[in-house]
Amino acid sequence: MNNFIKKNKIVGRTVLVMIIFGVFFSTILQFIYTQTNPVILKSEAAAKERLLLQVISKDLYNNDLINSFIEIKPNKKLKNKKTIKGYIAKKNNKVAAVILETRAPDGYSGEIKILVGIDIKGYILGTRVVKHQETPGLGDYIDIIKSDWINIFTYSSLENTTKIEWAVQKDQGKFDYVAGATITARAVVKAIKESLNFFKENKLEMGIDV
Amino acid sequence: MFKEAINDGLWKQNPGTIQLLGLCPTLAITTSVVNGLSLGIATMFVMVIANSSISPIRKFVPDEVRVPIFILVIAALVTIVDLTIHAFAEPLYKALGIFIPLIVTNCIVLARVESFASKNPTLPSFYDGLFMGLGLCFVLIILGGMREFLGQGTLFSGFDLVFGQTLSGVGINFFDQYSGFLLAVLPPGAFLGLAMLIALVNWIDQKK
Repeated sequence: MNNFIKKNKIVGRTVLVMIIFGVFFSTILQFIYTQTNPVILKSEAAAKERLLLQVISKDLYNNDLINSFIEIKPNKKLKNKKTIKGYIAKKNNKVAAVILETRAPDGYSGEIKILVGIDIKGYILGTRVVKHQETPGLGDYIDIIKSDWINIFTYSSLENTTKIEWAVQKDQGKFDYVAGATITARAVVKAIKESLNFFKENKLEMGIDV
Repeated sequence: MFKEAINDGLWKQNPGTIQLLGLCPTLAITTSVVNGLSLGIATMFVMVIANSSISPIRKFVPDEVRVPIFILVIAALVTIVDLTIHAFAEPLYKALGIFIPLIVTNCIVLARVESFASKNPTLPSFYDGLFMGLGLCFVLIILGGMREFLGQGTLFSGFDLVFGQTLSGVGINFFDQYSGFLLAVLPPGAFLGLAMLIALVNWIDQKK
């Protein structure tokens, strides 16, 4: 027995030290986490609202936008793989606009995530690319930080722009693009058009009966 | 001791140009001065605390498991830095993103802990972490400056986003119509820039 203890003393010691260190640092991390988590959640919610405010203007709604949403199951139009939120902006309890998140899986390098603000008549109020990996200096003009190209969609709808016009100019459409990065623009145009189609088909669920 | 730490960290053993440790963040993040500076400060901060918290406990750490324990300490420290930055400096968190948690895997942190802090008293370890971190920070700033100037034609742009509105005037725009030099912004630009920096350092060393 004594021999066994002697043999395992070194193992026991290392295990003990590791346990002490593990417990000590988990406690510290737990403390820091509880301290910072509320602040992080708050700043994330604020950041989210700031993002939503980029596609619709503040005077359009007076409800709690972040907590007013419908759940959108994965579908072919918006190309979401998980259930996502579609935000409903209401003014005096009447729906004024919706904000949809749509995806363009056919960007030049990976998926492009776009926010689209649509008013109840199906006109685009604003669009923003929120996530993309397009080539810096070439395809990244879709990002508002680099250029205001993304604003060309404002006030377009399925009514005032025909099916053929919903394309880049190279494909006989009406939307401008930057030469050399057509694939990026093409993907964005298509994704935004699909989001309008989704809106048209799901108006009722969003509380719009026009 | 103090002078030696300065000389080693900033020049003779500079992590960025001589030891060439922790190249992943060095190369990836240095697209602008402000990115380089922010990651430099974060890494320096972690190095200082890691070195000065491991040095006093070095005698209690069994030799057989010292590396796992060092990693545990470093990972915990980095997580603390990560959470703190996320909570109190959100724009900075957005700019650095994934590279804050990746400080854990930055070889330079573990290398200094293993080769210096685990063998030396607390105060020299503190100096070592501080000046090694500062040396790396300088390299990140210079590399970021080179790439920002060549790539975007600006210097110090975006300082206000990270360090507050008061600094909104420090950004310098050198050209009115600059279409950008893509190579400098893309990863190859980082390798070329670092190579030139190392060549310069070697050249100066040879001339001495």
